[in-house]
Amino acid sequence: MTADATISPIDDTQEELLTVFIAGQQFGISILQIQDVLRTQRITPVPLSSPEIEGALNLRGRIVTAIDVRKRLRLPKNDNAHERMNVVVEHDGELFSLLIDKVGDVLRLDKALFDKVPQTLDAVWREVALGIYRLDGNLLIVLDVSKLLNFDEE
Amino acid sequence: MDDLIAEFLTETNEGLEELDMDLVNLEQNPNDTELLGKIFRLMHTIKGTCGFLGLPRLEKVAHHAENVLGRFRDGDLEVIPEYVTLIFESLDRIKEIVASIEETGAEASGDDTALIAKLDAVYEGKTVAEDAPAPAEEPTQAEPETVEPAPDEPKSASGVETSGLTEGTAGIVSLEELEAAFQAAEVLPVEEIRKELEETQPDSPAIKGKEEAKTPDAPTANKPGKPVSAQTLRVGVDVLEDLMTMVSELVLTRNQLLQILRAQNDSDFATPLQRLNQIVSELQEGVMKTRMQPIGNAWAKLPRIIRDLSIELGKKIELEMIGQDTELDRQVLELIKDPLTHMVRNSADHGIEMPEDRQMAQKPETGKIVLNAFHEGGHIIIEITDDGRGLPVNKIKSKIIANGLATEEELSGMTDQQIQKFIFKPGFSTAAEVTAVSGRGVGMDVVRTNIEKIGGTIDLVSTEGKGSVFTIKIPLTLAIVSALIVESVGERFAIPQLTVRELVMTSAHGESQIETINGSPVFRLRDRLLPLVYLDKVLGMQGLTEAPSNDSDDSQPDQARQQYIVVSQIGSYQFGIIVDRVFDTEEIVVKPVSKILRDIEIFSGNTILGDGSVVMILDSAGIARISGETDNTDTLATTDSEQTSTLDKEIPLLLFTVGDNAPKAVPLSLVSRLENIDGSAVEKASGQMVVQYRDQLMSLVPFDPSYAIDTSKELSVLVFSDKSRTLGIVVDKILDITEAAINIQHEANKPNLMGSAVIQGKTTDVVDVGYYLSNNNKNWFADHPTDVPFGDDDTDAPSSQKTYNGRRKVLLVDDSPFFRNMLTPLLNIAGYDVTPLESAEDALEMCDHGHHFDIIISDIEMPDMNGFEFAEKVRSNPSLQNTPMLALSSHATEQDIARGKQVGFNDYVAKFDRDTLLNTISQTLTSDQSMKEDI
Repeated sequence: MTADATISPIDDTQEELLTVFIAGQQFGISILQIQDVLRTQRITPVPLSSPEIEGALNLRGRIVTAIDVRKRLRLPKNDNAHERMNVVVEHDGELFSLLIDKVGDVLRLDKALFDKVPQTLDAVWREVALGIYRLDGNLLIVLDVSKLLNFDEE
Repeated sequence: MDDLIAEFLTETNEGLEELDMDLVNLEQNPNDTELLGKIFRLMHTIKGTCGFLGLPRLEKVAHHAENVLGRFRDGDLEVIPEYVTLIFESLDRIKEIVASIEETGAEASGDDTALIAKLDAVYEGKTVAEDAPAPAEEPTQAEPETVEPAPDEPKSASGVETSGLTEGTAGIVSLEELEAAFQAAEVLPVEEIRKELEETQPDSPAIKGKEEAKTPDAPTANKPGKPVSAQTLRVGVDVLEDLMTMVSELVLTRNQLLQILRAQNDSDFATPLQRLNQIVSELQEGVMKTRMQPIGNAWAKLPRIIRDLSIELGKKIELEMIGQDTELDRQVLELIKDPLTHMVRNSADHGIEMPEDRQMAQKPETGKIVLNAFHEGGHIIIEITDDGRGLPVNKIKSKIIANGLATEEELSGMTDQQIQKFIFKPGFSTAAEVTAVSGRGVGMDVVRTNIEKIGGTIDLVSTEGKGSVFTIKIPLTLAIVSALIVESVGERFAIPQLTVRELVMTSAHGESQIETINGSPVFRLRDRLLPLVYLDKVLGMQGLTEAPSNDSDDSQPDQARQQYIVVSQIGSYQFGIIVDRVFDTEEIVVKPVSKILRDIEIFSGNTILGDGSVVMILDSAGIARISGETDNTDTLATTDSEQTSTLDKEIPLLLFTVGDNAPKAVPLSLVSRLENIDGSAVEKASGQMVVQYRDQLMSLVPFDPSYAIDTSKELSVLVFSDKSRTLGIVVDKILDITEAAINIQHEANKPNLMGSAVIQGKTTDVVDVGYYLSNNNKNWFADHPTDVPFGDDDTDAPSSQKTYNGRRKVLLVDDSPFFRNMLTPLLNIAGYDVTPLESAEDALEMCDHGHHFDIIISDIEMPDMNGFEFAEKVRSNPSLQNTPMLALSSHATEQDIARGKQVGFNDYVAKFDRDTLLNTISQTLTSDQSMKEDI
């Protein structure tokens, strides 16, 4: 992760996001929620669970539930699934690992660039997106972790 | 020391400290009514508790002090220092007595009359004489002013001022104090001392008062049996929980280290790791101990509940509690508290009868509920026994049917115990009416669920009229359990040892192979058919592409692979879980599964193994639930209902061999005993082999006339007895007793056999006992009025019955071929012409076609048309109206008999009761005959 994002203190008009890539699309996750970023881990499958749940893994003695974000976003399977990264987030007192393709930089973004989710977006995507940052050259979708982990009712 | 006393002492010491403080405050604010009220209450509590515990001396002093305080409170006595002094004096006396109790466990003898007289004097409105008696009578008790600062003395090092010391008495106290402080320094952790010191620092008199309260402990500190208050520490539960969590993690880490060590030969770490291993184990044990609480804590409320209940319900109930000291993890304790309370309530409410009813049942008026807790192999067993009415099978049955939990047909094949277990099913509550006591919609199913949630099991044995025993088996602790690690489709899972009975290795061929019935796997486990489930199927892992080992071999999981069966038991239901591999057992730390996985009921948690990987912990109860279509308490019934079609033909059979190796079977109900008789004891009488048996002569017959009885060795004999006559059939070997359905598939060519049937997978000859009875003991049925001399179809034999149309015609309706097969020869032997029919419909048809019968004998439990309906139909047919009818049932209750009479049966006979059957037939026919003759 690049150091420049953390030089000056952050203020209310800004927000720091870890950028991740899934199927070529750039996403952002608030760094406040992130516990860890791990390389590929051995994941124990959990039979009978929702298809989005990849399994469970051991993070320094704590059991972390791994979520396949691609499946959650109704994206096709990654061809080289074994190279996935784990972004470990804490939600509701439990740890979850979001399996994504690639981790990018930590970006400090001006909230002025933040936009609502377009209504035309796919329903699943619309549900898990908090909003979109208009960056130079590309768009960054900010993920709503709690929504992302809530797929029971679907 | 009695737990109760110990608790009282701890509490009283706390109370006394507060009293001291409050009294000092009171002196300063004499008009603080709130404070006065508080002091009064405290003293009152001490008095009350003493009275309860039987400490008369303490109670008396407290009582009189309370009187004075009462007047303070009511405002008719001014709070002046001398009165307060007097109260302090009483307090000191109380402390003195308390100290003596701590020391010896009993009140020291002493004379309190002077003190009490003074208190009474104040109470009655006189002033206290400021005279000598007080110090003179209580040499160690100083005036409060002098005592108060005394405790500061030893702590002067910490900078507390010693002030207002008076010489003499105070000196004595301070010396003891000094000693006490040293003692405390040795006994108490530094932290505690510091706290104490801090408390002494502020100069407020209130705090000094508090310090003073500790003085009575001091002199006893150096004596054997240290004061209770110093031996126990109150520690927050969360501290213990944290500690436990950390120890759990430590255990995991140790497991990991040990695993690494195992992979390395000759490591330098071996020795220190072994040491670490040992220490961690001890630590784990130690921490567990801190969480252990006697189960009596969970029972503490029960006597009161029972007392209240017995008054409310007008019953007399005695509660006996055994094994209160049995300790278990407080987490477990918390979780079983409510189920236990519920069950005891249930026993009192539903189990124990009203006193009148008990008297009628010839039981003592007072019902008894016994709680018994004990350790057994890493588990706690709790038994709740009552001597009440037991679980009413019939009521339960009708409720089961009413609630649609099972059909009458299914129930008819179940044992009473299986039926009683329905009370554990969701939505079942035994109380016919909802009482205020139990039956609040929370049934035993909730109890069961709660107990299973903590990995426990619940079972019950109940005899109607005698009472019930509920047995709960729960693990000692939830945090760390021993589990069996298994593998299925390349993934490992943990199965808690609690539910594992044994492991069986199966092979594709040979004896220990898994068989299938209509695709359902089963296994023959020592004469029992064990229902099986494939773990991979249960987990939906067949064809799971992520699993590496899951290739072509998985497409045919049933064959070709060596597999293991984990025989599991939930309650009394046994079933097998088929897995691919079995590893070690491992101590695992149960961690709750993530919330988003919680609805998967076959996992009770997850854990991290020694190698650092995560495995899911299987919940056997959950597997039983989802693998069977019904939930686990009646999965027993499920196994039975697989055989529903043959259920009512299933009877206990005795299997034996004789002559050739083919097994033979005889209905167990006909055999009265199995005996081994020494061959040398066999004698001959009138050409027959006899043996003296229970002061009688018993005829011994070989199973087949062609087999000789070898009198040189011990003989296995099946004893049939009837009244005073006995007959022994000599066989080679008793094999087994089993419950099986008999479907005669091959007619016999020998007179002593009914035919052949497949029992336990083997062709078995079913023995016609009637043959032996008729051939070998001509007098067998001599007492029966229906008697005809034996000799198969000896229709000419004289008989009182024979006057009417030769042999009496009997229509026998029973859907069970076995009973038809058993009863037909029996009735034939007794001289009747029997027409056995399979169904009531057939019988009606036959009657409609003009066939005449002298008597109709009908089974009650039959498919399609049952006996009651049949009787109604028969009675509605004018030509059959007067034909006597007998009802035949394997279990007859009073209601059944009443109903039977109502629909037109003349009498009711139990199926196995041959005597009564024959008697009843003959009596019914006789009375019928005489009736006809009268007309």
